[in-house]
Amino acid sequence: MLAQEMTAEVVASSGWFLDHAWLIPIIPAVAFVLIIFFGKKLPMKGSELGVLSMLVSLAFAGGAAWQWIQRVNSVVDGAHEAVKEGAHHVAPYVEPVIREWTWWQSGGFHFGIGQHIDGLALTLLVVVAFISSLVQIYSLEYLRGDRRYTHFFAALTLFSAGMLCMVLAPNMVQLILGWEIMGLCSFMLIGHWWEEEANSRAALKAFFTVRVGDMGLLIGTAILFFSANSWTQENLGVSGFNISGLSAWAMSGEASSSALTWGAVALFIACIGKSGQFPLHTWLPDAMAGPTPVSSLLHSSTMVVAGVFLVARVYPVFWEGMKIGDTNINFIVLIGGITIVIAALLAFVQHDIKKVLAYSTVSQLGYMMMGLGAGAWLPAVFHIFTHAFFKACLFLSAGSVSHSGSHHSFDMKKDMGGLAKKMPITATTWIISTLALAGVFPLAGFFSKDEIIDNVGYGGYNAFMIVGLSGAFLTAAYMTRATYLTFFGKARGAAAGEHHDEHDAHADAHDVHDSHDSHATHDAHDSHDAAHGPHESPKLITVPLMILAALALVAGLSNATPFGESWERFKKYVEPSAEYVAIESHMASGPGEAIIVPQQNTTAEGGESKYDEGCAVVAPEAGMACYFPTVKHAPFKWSKAALSLIIVAFGLISSWMFCVQYYTRRNKRLVGLTERSKILRGGYTFLWNKYYLDALYEKVIVRSIAHPIAAAAAWVNQNILDGIVNGVGKVSRRIAGWVYRNIDQRVVDGAVNGSGAAARGTGGALRPVQSGKVNQYGALLFAAAAIGALILVIINT
Amino acid sequence: MLTAQFLLLGAVLFCIGVYGVLARKNAVMVLMSIELILNSVNINLLAFSVRHGSVDGNTFALYIIAIAAAEVGVGLAMVLLIYRNRRTIALDDLSEMKG
Repeated sequence: MLAQEMTAEVVASSGWFLDHAWLIPIIPAVAFVLIIFFGKKLPMKGSELGVLSMLVSLAFAGGAAWQWIQRVNSVVDGAHEAVKEGAHHVAPYVEPVIREWTWWQSGGFHFGIGQHIDGLALTLLVVVAFISSLVQIYSLEYLRGDRRYTHFFAALTLFSAGMLCMVLAPNMVQLILGWEIMGLCSFMLIGHWWEEEANSRAALKAFFTVRVGDMGLLIGTAILFFSANSWTQENLGVSGFNISGLSAWAMSGEASSSALTWGAVALFIACIGKSGQFPLHTWLPDAMAGPTPVSSLLHSSTMVVAGVFLVARVYPVFWEGMKIGDTNINFIVLIGGITIVIAALLAFVQHDIKKVLAYSTVSQLGYMMMGLGAGAWLPAVFHIFTHAFFKACLFLSAGSVSHSGSHHSFDMKKDMGGLAKKMPITATTWIISTLALAGVFPLAGFFSKDEIIDNVGYGGYNAFMIVGLSGAFLTAAYMTRATYLTFFGKARGAAAGEHHDEHDAHADAHDVHDSHDSHATHDAHDSHDAAHGPHESPKLITVPLMILAALALVAGLSNATPFGESWERFKKYVEPSAEYVAIESHMASGPGEAIIVPQQNTTAEGGESKYDEGCAVVAPEAGMACYFPTVKHAPFKWSKAALSLIIVAFGLISSWMFCVQYYTRRNKRLVGLTERSKILRGGYTFLWNKYYLDALYEKVIVRSIAHPIAAAAAWVNQNILDGIVNGVGKVSRRIAGWVYRNIDQRVVDGAVNGSGAAARGTGGALRPVQSGKVNQYGALLFAAAAIGALILVIINT
Repeated sequence: MLTAQFLLLGAVLFCIGVYGVLARKNAVMVLMSIELILNSVNINLLAFSVRHGSVDGNTFALYIIAIAAAEVGVGLAMVLLIYRNRRTIALDDLSEMKG
């Protein structure tokens, strides 16, 4: 079948950090326990433990990433030496460092726990540990004097541990564990200031909305396990929970397509919940009720990225289950596309700076999902990476503004404006991140977002490329609006030095208003804030901001497609190879030891390789496995990039012009436009009410389900249950009467009296035996024993 | 043949012990008789152990010796207490257990 087959053996290097990557989530988990038990007694109330554990995790993750790069290099070099002739079409397969131990056993089935380290896991590990460290340092200042300071750091640390645990997971069970730890901690963190009802409602909403999706995770895992287990046990010797086992199963061509489809759909529903995709995105903006560092951590690199990560992790399952290779519309790309546009539109009508960012996050997550759904795996993962930096920076900048500039208010229209002069560092970092988010040329967002749009088009999803481009326009426009309202124009409210506390009263029940940040930190700051209006934040806040802004500037260069292949480091180190791997040699290698990687180089006569088609197009033969589908990479063209750059520039400039006219000059033709034009007013109201999705969920779905259930329960309670209880009561009373008269009086009492009389008679008869003489007792004993012995002798003979 | 003599010795000791328990009035003598009975059982066990060529009987004998030691310890302690309270250890005077 193959023209030529060469199997080269290449030894991959490993290292201590790679083998011990499982320590990365353990460290913050231990720190969490220590903070909970000893935090309050420590000089910095436990925060030092949190920061320290994250920094150590970061160091470990960095070490592991370095050794992974070495490993990939060693394999690539080895492959080039081994295969001197013939072009190497597919990147060589680098085995992930998988270690698994038995976590618990049930009915002879072993549930594993351990690590699965490859480029994707390491990217996330480094990003999560890095952002968590900066956010914790930032929180030292931001939450100073908070009443639950220690618990805040404990929850933050456990949260990071949960995310790291999920990212490392070698099987679905550990993934679910990390996923749920995050769900719990997000509830605790969003509701950190639970004294205000709006905050605890937001926390509950986040928790329950995500739970709705989590059902999908459990169901999807179960579907995949039961369909894949026998195949994976037979061929790979691993359970059906194992992630690489699932990937190989999905790509084997032997998997049942309906199981794959339903498993993928169920898992994707979990991603919709967790990653705030339409239509379950509503929890995410409300989650802004938490302290700003929480928003920054949850909505840049951890919680919401978990769904995207899940899709990227078991990508073969989605690839086969959703038929991503075909160019028809599939579930993922559709949801992603819808999310981009609806969230971006919502960002225009927000008054709250953090909500603008929240919708922006939803929209960017839509980009990632759309990319994954269209086969653009690498750009989507790269977008996770760059987005983490600039979005964290934006959130922290917003926090800095409220901390030092607008007196704990997040209302852009009422309490901000003109802050650029008062807070130069915050303004600079914000603007850099805004440009990075919008996708301006040399900044981080350009390289990732543009790649997604480009690859979506290249993958054949033309309609969604247009969605992506319009999303880019909207992003540029709403971010300009937020920037203008916050940092330019005339100072209003607290930004102008006015001191007012009454904004708390404005929190209306429908819309979770962000007056929350005030309470806990209020008292500690009132004295000096009132003294001198807006000012720059202290160093503990600005230094993390500057680090993140610097990364927002340069992070994109780590996979700068326009500059040629040598710049595409992500592609080299992160993207798994779509190589056919011989299972035998794969299994022989122990964890983390030198590994034999077979190289399939099959050069046909005309220099054409059969494996141009590769995995996912041609199913692997017996004894071979695929772990990743062959994805296409769009060749970079400046013409396409120029188009998106022009669109972004147009968005930035037109939005700026509009803002100047509308907010500062109060142009008569623009002001009050929404009151005058019916269409615009309708649109505005529609957006202001968030497409009425919240109303739909709360008033229609929850009520239509919960109300009849409650009514039915009440009716059942009144009529059936009470009837049963009363009936049972009456019947039992009658039975009891009969029992008393007949059984109790006659049988029981008779038995008791009779046995008493019998005992008395026997006692009287036996009385003479009890002489009180010990010798007599002994004689009786021996007589009895002698009689017993006699009987034994008689029986035995 | 040898075994039979051992068994005979055991039986004689047992009978002496039973006689002591039944006939003696002194509590200490009764305890000593009980010891005799126990040791006759030991001899029986050892005799059979030799006959069957197994060590099971020896093991039981060791247990019995240990139990006998404990039993005589408890018994003597009781006798001592009775003597302190009553200034006598004659069993005929101790008939409070009469029903």
